[in-house]
Amino acid sequence: MRKIFALTAMLAVAGVAAAGNITVKGSDTLVRLRQRWAEEYMKTHPGAVIQVAGGGSGTGIPALIDGTTDICEASRDMKPKEYEDARAKGVNPYRGAVTLDGIAVFLNNQNPVKELSLEQLKGIYTGVIKDWKEVGGEPHTIILYGRENNSGTYAFFKEHVLKDEDYAENTQTLPGTAAVVNAVSKDKYGIGYGGIAWEKGVKHVAVKAKADSPGIVPTLETVTNGTYPISRELYWFFNGVPSGATKDLLNWALSEEGQKVAEATDYIPLPKEIAVKNMVK
Amino acid sequence: MVTYKFKPKSKLREFVGEKFMALNAFTALIVILLIFIFIFKESLPIFTNSDVRKEAGISRMVFKQQYYEGRDPKWSWQPNSEVPKYSLLPLFLGTLKAAIVAMLFAVPLAVGAAIYSSEFAPPRIREIIKPVIELLAGIPSVVLGFFALIVLATVLQKMFGFTYRLNAINADMALGLAIIPIVYTIAEDAMTSVPKSLREAAMAVGANPWQVSFTMVLPAALPGIAAGIVLGFGRAVGETMIVLLASGNAAIISAGFTESIRTLSATIAAELAEVVFGSAHYNVLFFIGTLLFVFTFLVNLGGELVLTRIKERFQGRTR
Repeated sequence: MRKIFALTAMLAVAGVAAAGNITVKGSDTLVRLRQRWAEEYMKTHPGAVIQVAGGGSGTGIPALIDGTTDICEASRDMKPKEYEDARAKGVNPYRGAVTLDGIAVFLNNQNPVKELSLEQLKGIYTGVIKDWKEVGGEPHTIILYGRENNSGTYAFFKEHVLKDEDYAENTQTLPGTAAVVNAVSKDKYGIGYGGIAWEKGVKHVAVKAKADSPGIVPTLETVTNGTYPISRELYWFFNGVPSGATKDLLNWALSEEGQKVAEATDYIPLPKEIAVKNMVK
Repeated sequence: MVTYKFKPKSKLREFVGEKFMALNAFTALIVILLIFIFIFKESLPIFTNSDVRKEAGISRMVFKQQYYEGRDPKWSWQPNSEVPKYSLLPLFLGTLKAAIVAMLFAVPLAVGAAIYSSEFAPPRIREIIKPVIELLAGIPSVVLGFFALIVLATVLQKMFGFTYRLNAINADMALGLAIIPIVYTIAEDAMTSVPKSLREAAMAVGANPWQVSFTMVLPAALPGIAAGIVLGFGRAVGETMIVLLASGNAAIISAGFTESIRTLSATIAAELAEVVFGSAHYNVLFFIGTLLFVFTFLVNLGGELVLTRIKERFQGRTR
């Protein structure tokens, strides 16, 4: 009998705890920021429990559709098909931009190439441009590094730089941006891409929107003011307009405090007026 | 009067106990069967669903396809493209390349070590060699893969000047390290289990140790060594983490070994976690899983059958 009492007591406690529980799943790009946000939020809001999981935008979105997560973090918008699937299951996705991110193109520190236009990047990654000498470097085969085909970064780069053409078949795909950075840092003729937070051991190439426009290096300013050509918003998706605990969390993340955490984690804070606009009243 | 220490209390209890043990024994079998059924079930739409079949039918996976007007037909693995491409040929060739080269690297080393430690090594040295090589089997494959990604790739590139830092040879050497203990252990056991009478008979007719080893023991143990090689091959085909990390994973078709490869198992590991549930891509990944399952199952079964036959030959039938 005593055992049963203990069990019910435990269940009751678990039930109370679950009330303040928020699960956040999704993009690998955002995983470090998500953890920092969760830590800071839980520190300042006793009683709130945030469970953080990674897996990529491609896992987060199905999780939102299946109702196994409260917030889905994604480094891209949902596809029309995914919106359709969600509505078919009675989920009404609400999108809120929480921070900005730029995709940097990494080169080895010893590579003399300093700037590339979007057109050249497309040529390089689709396999039309095969040698560094075609873009002003030393004559050597270009070694392409990229991400696995389900990462948000892969999809974003493909859409914005490759204009939806296929990556060259000899693009070496590595699990995670860390592996890409590592590979490029060890490969003099390598090229890779990933979030601008990664810069240790590699250099960021200046990207020109058109062949005759100035090369822009990805920095906090150039991504925030939109001059860096390969930048994106990172989103949180909710089932319906957030309310209660999830609303508090979203508004906190968009507040000055939350955006400061984002900046400290090497993301790019939203311009203030946009952050305020994105808050849920 | 004889008293039994463990006296069965009742027939029923004995019956239940026995059936419980049998259930335990069959659980493993049932689990394997269920795994197979589940994996195969998830790949069924490739054969039954007409939409999936149009996008990723068997002919789409096997034959050259023309994906765009005016471009040459080709084999290509690009499942997340505007026009999804599901050719398994680059992956299949990558897997074969990985396994075969890893075997070329591992088998001579493993069999050589087995011959030395079972035939020629003084007992004290054998006591060191055997456990150390077997310890190699305990290294998690992700560690071997990471080592190949960070260290081995750089060393090999410096030594041989490879254009591609991550390539088939790099992955295969790390893969070889994972296979060596499997081949070594089985080959070594096969040679040490050759009956003493055979060796003594050879020595009695005047053979020296070298002749005993190479004309008596080695031929007798050959099926066992072969079984070790077959089991090692099964592992090489199924091994995932090492190739995922160290091979570069570019799905290309080429004859060279200094370029990147993408294997079937690495493809599943890299893509399954985030694939859209129930899509054609999802079904294809499970189909690859089915292929790998059947293949490694048959290879392992073959290896085990050979091993059992040798045991029977040396020790007589046990039943």
